[in-house]
Parts: sequence; C-alpha cells; structure tokens
Amino acid sequence: MSHDASLTNRNFKVVGTRVPRPDGVDKVTGRARYGADATAPGQLVGMILRSPHAHALIRSIDTSKAEALPGVKAVITSADLPDKVNGRRDLLDILENCMARGRALYDGHAVAAVAAIDAETAKQALKLIKIDYKVLPHVTDVDEAMQEGAPIVQPWVRTAGGDPNKETNVSQISEFGHGDVEAGFAEADVVIERSYKTEQTHQGYIEPHACLASVGPDGQGELWVTTQGHYTFRNQCAELLGMEIAKLKVTSSEIGGGFGGKTHVWMEPVALALSRKANRPVKLVMTRDEVFRATGPTCSTSIDVKIGVKRDGRITGAKAVLRYQDGAFPGIWGMLGAMTSWACYDLPNVKSIAYDVLVNRPKVAAYRAPSAPMAAFAVESTMDIVAGAIGMDPVDFRLLNAAKEGTRASYGPTYGPIGIRATLEAVKNHPQMKVKLKPNQGRGMACGFWFNFGGQTCATVNIGVDGTINVSVGTVDVGGSRASLSLIAAEELGVPYETVKCTIADTASLGHNDTTEGSRGTFSSGMAIIFACRNAIEELRNRAAKTWDIPVQDVHWQDGQAVALGIQHSNLQPLTLAQIAAKSPRTGGPIAGHNEVVADGAGVSFASHICDVEVDPETGATRVLRYAVIQDAGRAIHPDYVEGQFQGAAAQGIGWALNEEYIYGKDGRLQNPGFLDYRIPVCSDLPFIDTQILEIPNPGHPYGIRGVGETSIVPPLAAIGNAVSNAVGVRLTHVPMSPPRILKAIKAERSLAGDRRVSAG
Amino acid sequence: MAGVHVSTTINGDPVEFVCQPAEVLLDVLRNRVGLTGAKEGCGTGDCGACSVTLDGRLVCACLVLGAEADGRAITTVEGLASGGRLHPLQEKFIEHAALQCGVCTPGFLVAAKALLDRNPDPTVEQIRYALAGNLCRCTGYDKIVRAVQAAAAELATDAAQAGKSGKSKKTRKQTAA
Repeated sequence: MSHDASLTNRNFKVVGTRVPRPDGVDKVTGRARYGADATAPGQLVGMILRSPHAHALIRSIDTSKAEALPGVKAVITSADLPDKVNGRRDLLDILENCMARGRALYDGHAVAAVAAIDAETAKQALKLIKIDYKVLPHVTDVDEAMQEGAPIVQPWVRTAGGDPNKETNVSQISEFGHGDVEAGFAEADVVIERSYKTEQTHQGYIEPHACLASVGPDGQGELWVTTQGHYTFRNQCAELLGMEIAKLKVTSSEIGGGFGGKTHVWMEPVALALSRKANRPVKLVMTRDEVFRATGPTCSTSIDVKIGVKRDGRITGAKAVLRYQDGAFPGIWGMLGAMTSWACYDLPNVKSIAYDVLVNRPKVAAYRAPSAPMAAFAVESTMDIVAGAIGMDPVDFRLLNAAKEGTRASYGPTYGPIGIRATLEAVKNHPQMKVKLKPNQGRGMACGFWFNFGGQTCATVNIGVDGTINVSVGTVDVGGSRASLSLIAAEELGVPYETVKCTIADTASLGHNDTTEGSRGTFSSGMAIIFACRNAIEELRNRAAKTWDIPVQDVHWQDGQAVALGIQHSNLQPLTLAQIAAKSPRTGGPIAGHNEVVADGAGVSFASHICDVEVDPETGATRVLRYAVIQDAGRAIHPDYVEGQFQGAAAQGIGWALNEEYIYGKDGRLQNPGFLDYRIPVCSDLPFIDTQILEIPNPGHPYGIRGVGETSIVPPLAAIGNAVSNAVGVRLTHVPMSPPRILKAIKAERSLAGDRRVSAG
Repeated sequence: MAGVHVSTTINGDPVEFVCQPAEVLLDVLRNRVGLTGAKEGCGTGDCGACSVTLDGRLVCACLVLGAEADGRAITTVEGLASGGRLHPLQEKFIEHAALQCGVCTPGFLVAAKALLDRNPDPTVEQIRYALAGNLCRCTGYDKIVRAVQAAAAELATDAAQAGKSGKSKKTRKQTAA
C-alpha cells in the first residue's frame, strides 16, 4: 500500500529511499566502539559477586581478606550505596537490584563488588569475600507465588488498594474494559474458555552490559555505557549516588542490541561507586552468565481467556485474566498485558484483569512490546479455536471483529485511522496463503498490537559554513535510526542526504531525551528534527532577506534554497543553503535550529503474521517453512530498516515460540544461563522472512510516522501456536512449544482419542 | 605468573606480545593489541562474535589461548579491507542493510569470508549452515544471507574479469589477500 499523502500533505523526495547508513563503514571494519571497547588511563577492572541462592538473608559480609589482597583498590557492598532518595521506592528498587540490601532476592543478585588492577586479581578478590547466608524459602512460579502461604518475596509489598496489613506477592491488580461481559457470554451461541502458559525469555542482545565509569573526589564524573537511554542512566545514577545531574556526563557507546533490556541501570551505579572509592576509572563488563541471571528477562505468564460468539461470527463477550511475574520487584507488566490483550478488536463487552506478581527471579525489564506477545498468544490462540468451533475462516473471523477508526479500544481510547483491517486484507491476498501444505505441515496466522510512544525529545541542527549539516539527537541509535533521521533532516531542509551527519550527543551537549523505547526513536527525534529544521529555515530566510535587503516575509524556502517572492524581486537569483551558510559569519554568525518537545501523537500500530511450519511427529521438532510479516509503519522513512525491524522481531518471536525459556531448578537456580542451553534462533533455523510494509499515516506526526520496532514480536507466538496446532491436530497451550512439549501434547491427545470432549457451547 | 612471549602475524603485520598462559586470544587482541573489532558475546564459543581466522581456519578467539598464536597468522575484521577499499562482503553488508546494532557484524564478516574462501559459490543452505555459529539477534538473518549471496556474486564477477585481463591483476589480488 502506497503512502496516503492526504494525511501528511507531502510528497517526499528522499524519505523512503534506501540510502547507506552513516555508521556502516565503522561497523563493518570493527572501528565502531561499543560498551566494552573503551579504555581510560589507569583503569581498573570491576567485578561483581552474585548470590548463588534464590532467596537468602545476608547475615554478614566480610570483605577484609579481599581488601588486603595486593592489587585490590576498592570493595563495596550495599553499605557503600546508602539511600540517597529518601526511600523513593521506584529508585530504591533499582538500587537494590544493583546491590542486595540485606537479602538476596534471586539467583544472581549482586551482593558485593571489587575493583582491582586486572581481571585475575579481581576474580581472586571475589573468592575472598565471605558471606554468611541464611537460605530462605523461595518461589519462582507465578501461579504458586499467588497461593496462600507462598514464600513472600518482599515483606513491604501490599496489593495496591488492597489490605494494608496483608503480606502478599501480588503488587497490583489492574482492570480494563467496557460493557457487560457476563451478559455478553449469556448472549453467545458458543463460549470457549482456555488457559495458557508462557515461559520466561531474555532479550538476548549479543553485547553484554558494559561501562567505563570515572568519578573524582571533586564530585564530577563520566560514564561511557551501552544503553538505550543515556539521559535516563545519568539521572538514575546521579540520584542514586547523590551526585549533581550536570556533573555526571554520560556518553552512549554504540549499542549491541537492547530490545528493552538496556532501559534502566543494572550495574552502572556500582561501577561509579567503585570508581569513587578507588579514585580511578573502573571498567565493568558483564559475562553472559551474569546477563542471563541478573538482567533483562521478560515475564513468565499464566493466562485464562474466554470468548463468547454468535454463530455469525460476531463476538459478544471477551474476557482475559492475566498473571504476570515481574521478578523480585513490583512492575507494571501484567497491566500492560491487560491493556494490549484485546486491542485488535471491536468488542461490545470486554474485560481484562491482570495480576502483577513477585517471584524470586531477576527484576523483569521491558522486552520489545513488553507483555503484549504473551497476551496475544492466549487471545489469538483462542480466536482460532472459536473460528474453528463456528466453522469460520480464521482471517474472516478476525476481519469481522477487527477494530477500525472510531472503535473504542478495550484499554480506553478511541482509535483514529488504524491499520489492523488493512493487514488482515493483505493476509487474505498474500501468496503464501495459497501454497499447498503437505502432511505434518500447518499454517497459522495471528494479529498483534502495540501502543508506540513519544516522550521528551530535544534536537539541534547546525549548518556548517560549507553547507553541510550536523544533526544532534539524544535518542540512542539501536538499529539504524541515524540513517532515518538524516533522511528526515535532508527532506525538511531540501538538501542531499549525503550532506547530513547525524550524531548521538552526550548528556552534556544536548537537553534531556527520554530513552529509546516504545518505538520512539525515529518518531520523536524525527519530529524534533523537523521542527529544528523549520527553526533553522526561519534563520536561513532571515539571512537571505538581510543579504537581499528585502522584508523576510518576501523570502520563501523551497527545495533547499531561499527564493524571493514577488515581481519586484524578479532580479534576485535564489540563494542556496550552501550560499547562505558561506555568508553566515558576516550576516549574523552560525546558523542553527533547535527544538525541545514532548512528542505527543504516537500512533498505534498493528501487524498480522502468517506462518507455515512442519512438525516431525517422531521428535516433536518444528521447522518454520515460510513466514510473512505485514505491518503498518505509518510512513517508512528507510524501508530497509523497517523491514529489518519486522524480520528481527519475527525472529525473536519464533525463538520465544519454539525454543527459548528460562529453566529454574527446584533450588531456584537458573539452569541454562548461556547461549548453548538458552538457544536463540540461528541462521540455519530460519527461512527468509517476507515483509510487507503498509503505510497508513499517523496524523499525529508531521511525516505520518508511527514507530515500527516492536509490534512484530507480538503475533509470532500465536501464529506459530496456531500453525503447530494445525499441523499436529492438537492445541498447544504452553510456550515455548519445544519438542518435548509437542510430543507430550501429541501423546496426551492419542491417549484421549475416542472420548475427546469438544468444549463448544 | 610469568608471562609468555608470543611472536605472531596479525592482519599481515608482525606482532609481538606477552600474555598470561591462561589468557585467551580474544582478550589479547582486545586488551593488549588494541584490536577491539572482535567482540565477546558469550566467552564460551556459542555466539561467534569473536570469530577470527588462525592460519586460515575459522575459530572463536575466546576458545583459543593467546599463547597458541605463536608462529601463526591471525586475520580479524580489521584485516578484511585492503587499503582504502572495503572487501565486497563489507560493501554488501552495508548495501543490503545486513546489520542493525552491528555488534555481531565483525564475526559474521570473518565467518562469511572463511566460507567464500573455501566455497566461492555457496547455496542459501550452505550459507545458513556456515553462519549457524554466529548469533544475530537483530536481523533474523534474512538480509545477512542476501548480502553474502551478493558478495559471492560480485567476487565471482571480479574473478572472471581478473581471469580475462590476465596475470597482472591476479598478482594484485594475491597481494591483497
């Protein structure tokens, strides 16, 4: 679908072209510097000691032997990280996650840290730290954690709005919806109810967390770090350590993947505290084992879904009860699951109830459209079962109930122009739908939704005397956004893409920018750049007017040059941006444009995926044969990187659906903290992933951008679940659908064959 | 512990270093030689981000000891471009948007070059299996496979032209290799 110019009133010249990315050469030659690639004179090696217990009281920590080891320059514990935030729970949780305060809350929880002259010395020092633990009962399963008598993870937690005297692992209960679902079910011809489970997965970025921290006795500091949001990291570190925000300069390195996992601090305050104590720069790099045990993961879940439907396919009632474990600290992940669960559909009666639950696992972080894939797995699997029960094609069934412009979303707002129906129409017309399947093969499809986000943004456009353009932004480039943002600046100023250089500024060089999350990078920095360019164009017009000695209102900006309007100025030749820039030292000095904005108007996005699989009935192994992603991008600024986001998100979803899972032992320890046993998809596991970019412009953005990074991780769990279920003739309800789970489901079905109950009606 | 003195060749240049007996080649390259193109993604040979060649053989630098480099030749991502010209694989990775975050890219390039050196005309399946030891979390591998195909095609064209234009060009190519 081509771009609908009526909403943006614009015909683009360079936006939408597939230009080479500006950081390409650095990244293919090894020159690009990531978190672990920086060094400082006199730097020390930092290392963290982690709890081997899922839950334990820390009776005492004796660091004296470690401190006495030659070459050790600093040892710290939570005693070195006192509460500087007056008990503010959100920040204290982050600090407590960086370093246990009296109790280890999960296997891998940091308990002490050292800085030493080299890695060998630091390793020895960790072994010399003596910790007296009292092991406590633990709980790692979300359903068990909700039961009466379950071990309590955080004694201070009370259910928000609940009994103020009752200790609990349920930190909040959220409810969304409208209408009367019970009346809706009563009205239905068929009611289907199913329960689902999904296991915990990790973002799996290839670059482990890494930083280089330096704090002097004058209270000034610098931090080089791999992060999705260096301003957020600066603010969190400064607040947690009692530093002044302006005196901590944070520079974001190239980032080797984040997917939500690098949105808040994990060990950066520890590195800064070590540096402060040792008065030397400290480099702290996590091992892969640490990354798995102590950072990132998304929730495991347990979800019930109930759908009531008329024989004609119209849904009369829809309800989901969602239980999300947030790790050892309260989170909002269940709430987000509830908000996203029914967002694809136009429903008269709908309700979602979510429980956010604490367990003895790592603090959950955002993972690409956080919480939506699990809810979509449960809802979209049930949608297929319902379609089957009433004998309707699953795509037609979804189309009949799909949300449209004016639909009141289940989570509250009323939609503007949206793309769900367009993606479903595209599924119907997709050539993959016509490929004939062989025995043991199955096809599935599913839909997904994500909000997208705007947030605080700041950009500067500086015009050099040779007419080249420096664009400074503060949203970290996680996947090629410097190319997209350069295209936007070139488009707005009317100059060639090659003349624009986009840089991610450090925190001392540009105003605050929110973290690159919620698919906001190109959306929000794009918006700020457009406004900053318009600001610069004002000045370019002023300078042209000054040069010509005519009123500025007679100067028009067109195709990268100032044009004098009116017959009285017909003798004036247009002045190009480069000509105006060359004169700038004599016409008033440097020319720049700035913009600071809260980038409101983020546009929701939808995707529909089609998946063909083949399941080996002997081993239970699943192979993805064909995969297609159809998603609404609003406007695709750089189509290559939009496709790349679609493909990458689908691949992560495929891994989640089929292989990836945190496996905890009875002792509460993570059994597979490495890429050998936590197996993400490799090149030979996947087919080419077909993509179709739809462009239904977002009226909330000058160029119609919606944000594209997250939505396509939402459908794969369900699309594959539906495909596998169709291939083996058994409904799979537990993700990942690993070979043992598929075999178990097939065997259970065989033993039930004959007296199988069809739970329709 | 006493260090080990190692004389080796890195990207065609003679290099000497002293390392600890237990120090892996990846740490030597990154911390002692100053070549940070090879990345540590896992330290256990599972992700391929530290791929280098040792006497032409593809290895994970995190699984080789620095001391083992003595008397041998190492090629890292920093050695792929010759002079001012990128290797066709490097060009095609940029052209096909085969990288997003780029942290796995050095490993993929080294592994893909090792593949094309021994099999200049690989099938898609051969490319996928040859690169199965390199993890990428951003791209879903789609554009990486296409970039390798495109680079193989360009190298084949280059080789055919070199064959036509005779000996002098061949000599230049060998020097570059």
